[in-house]
Amino acid sequence: MPTLIRRQDDDQFSLAEDSFTAVADDAPLPPGDVIVSFTRFQAEGDRLLAEGRAVGVRLEPAEEVEALAYDLPRIAVVALAFPKYRDGRAYTAAHLLRQRLGYAGEVRAVGEVLREQAGFMVRCGIDSFVPADGATPQDWAHAVHRHRHVYQRAADLRVPAYVEREGG
Amino acid sequence: MYQYDSVDQEFVADRSREFREQVARRLSGELSEDQFKALRLMNGLYLQLHAYMLRIAIPYGSLNSRQMRRLAHIGRVYDRGYGHFTTRQNLQFHWIKLRDAPDILDQLAEVDMHAIQTSGNCIRNVTSDPYAGATAEELDDPRVWSEAIRQWSSLHPEFSFLPRKFKIAITASAKDRTAAKVHDIGLMIRRGRDGQLGFEVIVGGGLGRTPYVGPTITEFLPANRLFSYLEAILRVYNRHGRRDNIYKARIKILVAALGAEEFARQVAEEWAKIGPEGDLPDTELARIRGAFAKTAFEPLPAVSAIFEAAKAADPALARFARNNLRPHKKPGYAIVEVSLKAIGETPGDATSDQMDVIADLAERYGQDDIRVTHEQNLVLPHVRLDDVPAVFAGLQAAGLASANVNLISDIIACPGLDYCALANARAIPVAQQIAQTFADPDRAEAIGELKIKISGCINACGHHHVGHIGILGVDKKGEEFYQLTLGGSGAEDAAVGKMLGPALPYDKVAGAIDTLVEVYLRERKDGERFLDTYRRTGVEPFKEAVYADAH
Repeated sequence: MPTLIRRQDDDQFSLAEDSFTAVADDAPLPPGDVIVSFTRFQAEGDRLLAEGRAVGVRLEPAEEVEALAYDLPRIAVVALAFPKYRDGRAYTAAHLLRQRLGYAGEVRAVGEVLREQAGFMVRCGIDSFVPADGATPQDWAHAVHRHRHVYQRAADLRVPAYVEREGG
Repeated sequence: MYQYDSVDQEFVADRSREFREQVARRLSGELSEDQFKALRLMNGLYLQLHAYMLRIAIPYGSLNSRQMRRLAHIGRVYDRGYGHFTTRQNLQFHWIKLRDAPDILDQLAEVDMHAIQTSGNCIRNVTSDPYAGATAEELDDPRVWSEAIRQWSSLHPEFSFLPRKFKIAITASAKDRTAAKVHDIGLMIRRGRDGQLGFEVIVGGGLGRTPYVGPTITEFLPANRLFSYLEAILRVYNRHGRRDNIYKARIKILVAALGAEEFARQVAEEWAKIGPEGDLPDTELARIRGAFAKTAFEPLPAVSAIFEAAKAADPALARFARNNLRPHKKPGYAIVEVSLKAIGETPGDATSDQMDVIADLAERYGQDDIRVTHEQNLVLPHVRLDDVPAVFAGLQAAGLASANVNLISDIIACPGLDYCALANARAIPVAQQIAQTFADPDRAEAIGELKIKISGCINACGHHHVGHIGILGVDKKGEEFYQLTLGGSGAEDAAVGKMLGPALPYDKVAGAIDTLVEVYLRERKDGERFLDTYRRTGVEPFKEAVYADAH
């Protein structure tokens, strides 16, 4: 089972039990909670949810996150795919999920997920991670907490420099 | 000069500490060169033909003397005693050892400098008018906006993995010294009919393989809505910019594919959804404005008797004054351009000793303010006319008094095949040959403004597309050839140059330039620059002369 790192409410990171099985489009469905592609969700989502399982949706970078809007209340996990770490479209997807679509469920980073991206991911509202570089929760926390200041307001609600300065 | 507060200082220090850890992981073998590449590129460290190159950010080309001395020191200790100022107003050291890079970043952080986002597919160092705060032409100080963008773009959570690099330039003067129209975003500060401050927003200009003069997508954006609008542009680009082909990934390709109107519509739609929440509070903009060191100008007469007498006595000073001085907004002051284009030298290079001299002069005579221009020269923006003779003497002693700003030997050249792994041909020796051909200063002055720009490959780092005469190095079966283009401009009258004819071999280039100049001198009418004459006559007389000579 791949490592799953989860961000806690107190901005700490720990290993988490992953109850979900990621299912490929051509694979048979196992019992229990599953993460399926957006295409498969469109075809089979209603049935899967009716079976009483928790269902997550994997979104590829080219898929528009807005297409999920009406289903979000019944989706347990949105897994944002990073086919390459360089592909930054999922940051926008995460931002929109949190800031525009008001999604409060789990947003998970899957694919080429490296500790060097951790800070950006957390800031955009991603709260669980399947690292591809063997990083531990400690590595993750170290990367995320490295910067004492941030310049932008973002989904993680950190206080941006311009607000910090008003206080000082 | 913007004064860092503790937030800015700690931000840069944290970044430096992070890079030290990453370098340690590379040196220990935990990271492969390939894995490390992504990390070093986010800190301005490139692997070139012979060594690592470190590109240091000089935000909007602004430095104080302490920073300049630190750059000199780094050049002396960690490089070969010189550095290279770039067309992005940055500084590159070309002979860096990987193990030294963390120490260099620490040294930079101590003087409020960094190498953040000088490479990688992110929002790069923002560039601006080197005369900011000194020219009477400007509607507002563009440095304030540049600094706000520097902060907003630093480790931006959403926009650090864009399809491709992203460059923003800002100017507040009608005369554009930033090449704003050939940037991913060009911002031109405008004043509305009611006196309100705003920006004309140009998106999708660029050079490289597919040069474009960018279209204006908004004529007037209220200044206080800048950041939500930038966010909208970047979001549309991040979502829809091409990622399948590195040569089609810049925003210019997206804008051209959609058409400027449709792109503008998508941005407007996204912008409406973001709303004013995406903007920087006015209080923070006011704080940034206040954090720029105050300049104190004395009330002076417009004419300096000392300066006039010195010019009358020294023709070299008089020549320097004609070519390198620009009017200052305050009477009795001048903007002094320091040319890094001494005949026979590498364009944009300065030795550590020269950097120290500039720092001393800035401190003593120039309100501690130094600028880098995108044409690879330096500027002392606030010099009393009374002090110009002393500044000139100081520059002269350091080999920095070339009186050729905007003249034919004030050439932009990329590092070319001498340094760069991407280049097809040398650029620096071509620049040196041309400069030598026009070494006679009387002749150079008689020719007047003529901008030659040389790139050693199609990536166009030497901006050849926007040279009045552009020179592009190409490889033909292992031999260096050069394509000439005419009629380009990176200024407010921006245009992409047109190809003159078949490429010329290395040893024919300087002679061809000489021929082009002779045609211009023959054809020109009163007051015309080379560019004006070319635009009036068209390419024919130039083409005929160059290729007649070639046969």
